[in-house]
Amino acid sequence: MFNHLFLDIDAGTIDWSRAQFALTAIYHWLFVPLTLGLAVIMGIVETYYYRTKDEFWKDAAKFWQKLFGINFAMGVATGIILEFEFGTNWSNYSWFVGDIFGAPLAIEGIVAFFMESTFVAVMYFGWKKVSPGFHLASTWLTGLGATISAWWILVANAWMQYPVGCEFNPDTMRNEMVSFAEVALSPFAVSKFCHTVTSAWIIGAIFCVGVCCWYLMKKRDTKLATESMKIGAAVGLVASLLAGATGHKSAQDVAAVQPMKLAAMEALYDGGTDIGLKIIEGIEVPNALSFMATNDFHGYVPGINDILNGYTTPDGKVEPSIDEKIERGKKAITALANYRQAKFNSSDDGSAAAYNLGVLKENMKYFGYGYIKDKNDAVPPVLINFWAFRVMVGLGGLFILFFAVVLFMTYKKDVTNLKSWHYWTAIILIPLGYIGSESGWLVAEFGRQPWTIQDMLPTWAAVSDLQSSSVAITFFLFLILFTTMLAVEINILLKQIKKGPEYSVK
Amino acid sequence: MNKNGFLYKIYDLYSDGFRNMRLGKTLWAIILIKLFIIFVVLKIFFFPNFLKQHANGDEASFVATELTERAQ
Repeated sequence: MFNHLFLDIDAGTIDWSRAQFALTAIYHWLFVPLTLGLAVIMGIVETYYYRTKDEFWKDAAKFWQKLFGINFAMGVATGIILEFEFGTNWSNYSWFVGDIFGAPLAIEGIVAFFMESTFVAVMYFGWKKVSPGFHLASTWLTGLGATISAWWILVANAWMQYPVGCEFNPDTMRNEMVSFAEVALSPFAVSKFCHTVTSAWIIGAIFCVGVCCWYLMKKRDTKLATESMKIGAAVGLVASLLAGATGHKSAQDVAAVQPMKLAAMEALYDGGTDIGLKIIEGIEVPNALSFMATNDFHGYVPGINDILNGYTTPDGKVEPSIDEKIERGKKAITALANYRQAKFNSSDDGSAAAYNLGVLKENMKYFGYGYIKDKNDAVPPVLINFWAFRVMVGLGGLFILFFAVVLFMTYKKDVTNLKSWHYWTAIILIPLGYIGSESGWLVAEFGRQPWTIQDMLPTWAAVSDLQSSSVAITFFLFLILFTTMLAVEINILLKQIKKGPEYSVK
Repeated sequence: MNKNGFLYKIYDLYSDGFRNMRLGKTLWAIILIKLFIIFVVLKIFFFPNFLKQHANGDEASFVATELTERAQ
């Protein structure tokens, strides 16, 4: 995983920079999914108020909006730190990605600022100032604004995993966008967005059901708890089924453009057709991996060794070995150096520059492989991917079952008089929801190692030439800062949950 | 100012809302402290723009040298 923490400066810088980025992203992702998930819950609760005009629903909506607001306030701007890290720790990467990263992030910033500053204000301040319909629209648009923000961030992330719609300009040393539509509507981005957002709804639903169960266990606010629990369970069931379906589509995308990640997720060393999906090592579901990857129970899935040594698919597609890709990558990098030498530092008549530009373009697809010394460096950490994938899928399956049971019980049983372990089960599932969600990110990000941009730029070429000690210092600074922020959030959230909703009609 | 005007209504929404905040005041205080730490302390003292500091205005050449030399 992190192999160089206490070794020489350069290698240490890579791992500390990776660790710092991972830490920041993991903490950031503690806030985001609850924002996206609670947005749906509070929107539905207020819709009930709009339809029934029952003051109870208004109080319930205000309660969930209050918890949403606490989480929103804690999470806001935590993602900005990731952008600071790009500029300081990952300067080569930052320059190399050019405007492709800048455009989605700029749109995200502008949309988030205007939508959220407008509609959040109406949602919190406007109960007596605007019509119920406008207020309801503002509540939904607050959630939509947050979701659109997530869209642009995920577009940027998807581009790193599947760089499309761009062309490398060796004069500026930047990738330039040639098709905004290809970047913004990349199939990889669409799948990633759908899977990520539906998984965030699960977090919101688990949180909602867990809070309701705490009230039921304490025998207080039972109406709010039972009614909200119905909504939470329904949202959770729909979201977890959708997360399963979108996860299947994501797996196919990964199989198509990041086969090494899929092989690492499955610890599949030797691939083939009719490949089973491992539950754990030694127990597998026959043909399920083939189906997951190709939608065909007999489909071909390459293993790690196949990818390292090159393979031919049953339909005749030849994939070169990593060694061949390394050779072509080296050609591309040499051609880049020669091109720039001819263009900027010599009296070349243009022919040498044109020739090297041709060589560069021909081999650009494998540019990043030129930095790989040993083909095994192209293999991501298998153990982490294998188990993170199982944790994510296992918990996803558990959540489907959980929400189905809770939904059944809220409609068919008296949920106010259950044994306390029932309630505790729901409360304990709150952290498990986060573990499942973070595991998904571990699969996505560890699975694409060593690439910061797939096939284009490995981490050791992307990182800035900094002293590892300075990155280590900011790593621990962030650890303290984020942990404090998380502790403050949990403290305020628990206080407000304990305080409970404020009823306008006693 | 016309109290039925659109601009006054917007002003009133925000001013009345901020005035009557309870938990919101705590949250705003946390947001402002956080923004200060992020944009003043972290950005200025810990996260300088690496290329601006090292590339002397020619970022493309600097990155080209970095990327070609690291492949050696």
